[in-house]
Amino acid sequence: MKYTEGPEIRDTKAPDGPIEERWEKRKFSAKLVNPANKRKLNVIVVGTGLAGGSAAATLGELGYNVKSFCYQDSPRRAHSIAAQGGINAAKNYRGDGDSIYRLFYDTVKGGDFRARESNVYRLAQVSVNIIDQAVAQGVPFAREYGGLLDTRSFGGAQVSRTFYARGQTGQQLLLGAYQALERQVAAGTVEMHTRHEMLDLIVADGRARGIIVRDMVTGEIERHLADAVVLATGGYGNVFFLSTNAKGCNTTAIWRAHERGAYFANPCYTQIHPTCIPVSGEYQSKLTLMSESLRNDGRVWVPLRKNDERAPGDIPEEERDYYLERIYPSFGNLVPRDIASRAAKNVCDEGRGVGPGGLGVYLDFRDAINRLGRDAVEKKYGNLFEMYERITGENPYDVPMRIYPAVHYTMGGLWVDYDLQSTIPGLFVIGEANFSDHGANRLGASALMQGLADGYFVLPTTIGDYLANGPYGDVDEEAVAEAEIKVRNKIDRLLSVNGTRTPDSFHRELGRLMWDYCGMERTEESLRKALERIPELREEFWQNVKVTGTAEELNQVLEKAGRVADFFDLAELMCLDALVRTESCGGHFRAESQDADGEALRDDENFAHVSAWEHTPDGPVLHKEPLEYEYVKMTQRSYK
Amino acid sequence: MNLTLRVWRQKDQSDKGRMVTYKVEDVSPDMSFLEMLDVLNERLILEGDDPIAFDHDCREGICGMCGMVINGVAHGEQRATTTCQLHMRHFEDGAEITIEPWRAAPFPVVKDLVVDRSAFDRIIQAGGFVSVPAGSAPDAHSVPVRKEDADAAFDAATCIGCGACVAACPNGSASLFTAAKITHLSLLPQGQPERLSRAKAMVDQMDAEGFGGCTNTGECTAVCPKGIPLDAIAQMNSDYLKANAK
Repeated sequence: MKYTEGPEIRDTKAPDGPIEERWEKRKFSAKLVNPANKRKLNVIVVGTGLAGGSAAATLGELGYNVKSFCYQDSPRRAHSIAAQGGINAAKNYRGDGDSIYRLFYDTVKGGDFRARESNVYRLAQVSVNIIDQAVAQGVPFAREYGGLLDTRSFGGAQVSRTFYARGQTGQQLLLGAYQALERQVAAGTVEMHTRHEMLDLIVADGRARGIIVRDMVTGEIERHLADAVVLATGGYGNVFFLSTNAKGCNTTAIWRAHERGAYFANPCYTQIHPTCIPVSGEYQSKLTLMSESLRNDGRVWVPLRKNDERAPGDIPEEERDYYLERIYPSFGNLVPRDIASRAAKNVCDEGRGVGPGGLGVYLDFRDAINRLGRDAVEKKYGNLFEMYERITGENPYDVPMRIYPAVHYTMGGLWVDYDLQSTIPGLFVIGEANFSDHGANRLGASALMQGLADGYFVLPTTIGDYLANGPYGDVDEEAVAEAEIKVRNKIDRLLSVNGTRTPDSFHRELGRLMWDYCGMERTEESLRKALERIPELREEFWQNVKVTGTAEELNQVLEKAGRVADFFDLAELMCLDALVRTESCGGHFRAESQDADGEALRDDENFAHVSAWEHTPDGPVLHKEPLEYEYVKMTQRSYK
Repeated sequence: MNLTLRVWRQKDQSDKGRMVTYKVEDVSPDMSFLEMLDVLNERLILEGDDPIAFDHDCREGICGMCGMVINGVAHGEQRATTTCQLHMRHFEDGAEITIEPWRAAPFPVVKDLVVDRSAFDRIIQAGGFVSVPAGSAPDAHSVPVRKEDADAAFDAATCIGCGACVAACPNGSASLFTAAKITHLSLLPQGQPERLSRAKAMVDQMDAEGFGGCTNTGECTAVCPKGIPLDAIAQMNSDYLKANAK
């Protein structure tokens, strides 16, 4: 795939000066909207997860006219709900040396020095307000006997700053945001559209002015216009078919915005989560995560010997290799996700993996149960153990869990500036859908933090600066009609192929290809192979896909086919981005770039930048945004 | 294993609907129930038939999107389990399995096994929240909460809004769903200022949606994937009475 390089891109909204004053400075310089004018300003928010739900609720509270959209039957079902472990915040309630600066430092380091300092610092600052907000909403966080909030440790940190609600923190935080959103629906500030899927962005006179959606029940194509559009549509991990994402998660909204001019940043940064339940068969439809919090008490090991087929209980202590504790004595089982995943892959590649096909490692609670008692372990992790047993039929109190890495999160996403605005004026992108805060690897319990920081606190301030110059007047009818026709044509085309393969069969094949060639380890050869194969498969898709039914009804095959079509295009850009970035960093591991111990080796001289891709008819154009580190010294990460 | 499925097919809300029989072969016991339906649907698509529409999303038992009445029981016979977490190892080879949508007047069928549960959102809109705009909250540690209260509030808050309680109830009552939210917020200091007005508004909305009343049969809690206890309904009734006595 050919690409060209364009001029550098800069974040012109980021304030300068001392880092701890930048967010204050930006909040003060951002224009305000007079309360009476807010009612005249229309904002569309797509997606109702932590970012979108909290943003729509907060914009409604501020008095804007908000329309909120989700593809599920209720905004409460967005996939943030499945987040298990917790949410980070620099409260330092433990007095264990935590601070805003330390959370900032850990996040920049955890992201392998590929995130912006200004953004990450703001995230750490705002983190404390999120906990306050959630508690006031009635989020039932875990508490100590004294009535104060409990915390636990997560990967990549040596302090205990993760707040949690058993293994269902995402659910409880999302329900908090959902309830705030429904309160605004009742108040009339937010109009809710469930079972609606965004299929295109309307750009008129250079500004984002609305969206084209499909009513998934009637099939009707609708146009919705506004003064600004906010995308909070999540990540694109389902490009791999098998991932921990919900089945409906897709790239369509951000991909089509990309086609309309929004740059796509760092598409190759994918997070492979180390602790998921291994694949059990060909029919597998998704993978289930086992929370990283389990690594607080579970010990990861494999047999010392290759192809050791004994039951785990029959393997004596001295014949077990607790490889994370051995290789990384200071962080042990709590190394960041990218490191834990690759270590699991390495021991399996050596032939020491366990379970069917040797694609698994043990996560063992024997010692924790002996130390704390079964009851204490059950209190902490009971629901996770139950879920594991339900899926595998094995009881983790008696036999160690088997886990293996799986695609979980995408750090890449649409490029945004400090205001969370994309390269299309009036198009804002928040949560996992943007690229902004996690660099090349996200730390555990930071996704919830970022989604809610963006939605409750950052976007509602920064979008005001843009809306203060509105309302933006009538929308050019030609632009709306063009977008609508494009959507209709794509649907007609999908329905007219009438081939011999289902959308899912193509999706599975694409996912397998991405996992093999652009997964945990990437090489020039594998990426070139993928870039050769993806266009062929896409061609076959458009010649041979079979979509049953019509456009004018609830048609889940049609929905799926449209999403798969966009995944092909995204997959190609991901592989290109991975090919161009010849260094290793965070979750992006190029086998050609590793140190003597097999750890990721960055190339700061050539790659200390964000890769922002522009979509043009002549192919992708790469714009680099240089990353500068004034506060955290760029070093090779070490968790040893 | 080989199975015979009897599945409710209904083209849209105006269609009368009917049961249709399908044979499914070579089902692995490690498959989830929804994966078994995926396999059938892949075949139906290739045969040019309309695949069976059903709601699902996270497939890990937390989003609340999936839900079917399997052999007469909401989410199937395995306790404390959503349909997506039900695995085929719990069925016998050669079994006949009946699959129907949630049946309740306030949950009209949209297509096949898909129903409209928007009534639940309207019950929450009526008062299932604490009125606290973003940015206005005091420090999280300014109000300690007894651990027992926080834990009990969590147990109620764990409701996933799937609607199995309604489907199982002989009266088509949404009491367990409504009570779970009322109980969650009633147990916390943050929920106190709006406690009684919340209970009244939510219960009134539940009635207005056409859900039936509770007669303590307990079918709801028996099928609830999260095991929300029946006590929650007592809490709801108590708050509702107090609100009306005022």
